[in-house]
Amino acid sequence: MNVIILSAIWGVLMMYVGFITKNKNVPTYVAIAGIILLLVVNWMEYLGMFFFNVDTKGMLEYDSFSLIFNQVILFSTLVYFLLSGSQVSSFKNNVSDLYALIFFIITGISVVAGFKSLLMLFIGIEIISIPLYVLAGSEKSNLKSNEAALKYFLMGAFSTGLMLMGIAFLYGNAGTFMLEGIQIGATEITPMLSIGLILLLCSMSFKVSAAPFHFWTPDVYDGSPTVFTSFMATIVKSAAFFAFFKLFQNAFGNIREEWGILVAIIAVFTLLIGNITAVFQQSFKRMLSYSSIAQAGFMLLGVFAMNSFAKQGLILYFAAYSLATIGIFAVLAKFKDHSIEAFNGFAKQYPLVALGMLICILSLAGIPLTAGFFAKYYMLLGVIEHGNMIWLAIFAVICAAVSVYYYFRVVQAIYFKETTIQADVTFSKPFAYIMLANAGLIIVLGIHPDWLLSYLNI
Amino acid sequence: MPINYYIFLSIALFTIGIVGVLTRRNAIIIFMCIELMLNAVNVLLVAFSKMHHVAAYALDASTTVGTEAQLFVFFIMVVAAAEVTVGLAIIVMLYRNIHSVDINFLNRLKH
Repeated sequence: MNVIILSAIWGVLMMYVGFITKNKNVPTYVAIAGIILLLVVNWMEYLGMFFFNVDTKGMLEYDSFSLIFNQVILFSTLVYFLLSGSQVSSFKNNVSDLYALIFFIITGISVVAGFKSLLMLFIGIEIISIPLYVLAGSEKSNLKSNEAALKYFLMGAFSTGLMLMGIAFLYGNAGTFMLEGIQIGATEITPMLSIGLILLLCSMSFKVSAAPFHFWTPDVYDGSPTVFTSFMATIVKSAAFFAFFKLFQNAFGNIREEWGILVAIIAVFTLLIGNITAVFQQSFKRMLSYSSIAQAGFMLLGVFAMNSFAKQGLILYFAAYSLATIGIFAVLAKFKDHSIEAFNGFAKQYPLVALGMLICILSLAGIPLTAGFFAKYYMLLGVIEHGNMIWLAIFAVICAAVSVYYYFRVVQAIYFKETTIQADVTFSKPFAYIMLANAGLIIVLGIHPDWLLSYLNI
Repeated sequence: MPINYYIFLSIALFTIGIVGVLTRRNAIIIFMCIELMLNAVNVLLVAFSKMHHVAAYALDASTTVGTEAQLFVFFIMVVAAAEVTVGLAIIVMLYRNIHSVDINFLNRLKH
């Protein structure tokens, strides 16, 4: 709750920073200070201390699940600012506006974290999406960035339309926008309820880029400036997944048997298409966007299982996936050439950065001793606990095995190929240390996931 | 008037919008079709609001049941306006670069 207010205020503040100083590094420092403030405030809210106490008539409610999710998101954003801040500052002008937009997105994410009413879901998703369209098109003279912005905008607005129609039908069925009211009304399947459910399922699949609604993802992720692809593919995707999970748990939990098979089919297609297509990519950036589709397939297993393992697993997955992907994209953003060959012999030039990147890649592939392993493990455990569809877990394991192949192509390029000289790429000392700290955190989460999960009171 | 008429009208408008988004190639027209989809939702929400209100009003004359959907419509309008500003800005930016708002042109660039 307090995070919503403070991050909106900080976003406005960020815009004024652009007036006050022309120094390009100042907005980064102010943004980092802001995100640390938000982290502290969110943690105080977890401990039960509030700056403002606004009565929202039950439209927003924060339990430990929401607050820990918020904490993970804010921490990932902090890592993102630390690693990619210099890339954001390298934009020609309006650096502080870009940070302001990111803070507005965080406002939206905090709304999504606590929604109890479909109105708040709609508003939260829109507050996330609209600044993101601007960020996707922030390289104004680059045609690929233009294309990405237009495509993302049209697809986003289209899926918002679907979502609104779904909400309207649910309202017609239940007579209320509150999730509890819809949950109580959803004991038997009426035509209006099923139309609403399917439309919401489609629109949320659009937002999380699940197959068969994933077709916009590679183009948008590939075309957007790499710094913002990193933000889009990690933090925003986690938020969309959280909304997906919360909506389907709190509004349609009673009729799980009816839609479970639909989510399972979507998860299978997403895993299949994401992993198989990623194998054939030559561009690292495009491969990462397909890998993000594949990871979305794994997260969908959590939506399918919907038990306490799934809840823990999702939080862990958000942390593992966001930290790892932000790390990889931060390195990739420094390269002009986004093909995998550009990384040939990278380890000889920058051993520390390469080590950090290696651990991030291992975590994405789900190798034991990294956070990604336990994240995937919890998802599979959730599906097995659910009991109905063990084949889904088996299929997911096979897909994870496929994913190792394309992740290790990058590892091979970094460590075992002859060096190609990358004169235009430089990494500062602090960058390497933050990268290593990030990798260390991934390993700590991979050994002791309970250090994060013990804060969830499920 | 029965609620069915409103539902059919709204679904018809919505379908026109979806078909337009999927078949047209001009960015502005796709944009108009999306607006049509949103307005179909507005019609439906107001109709449902009235339906629920009438049902609740028969039991209790001081009820506010059903007013929330009409408030939702205002939120949709505001968000649609915000989307228009960003969307038109993106389309103008595109037009400056390629002097066209044709979606196919973008796909041709890729290959």
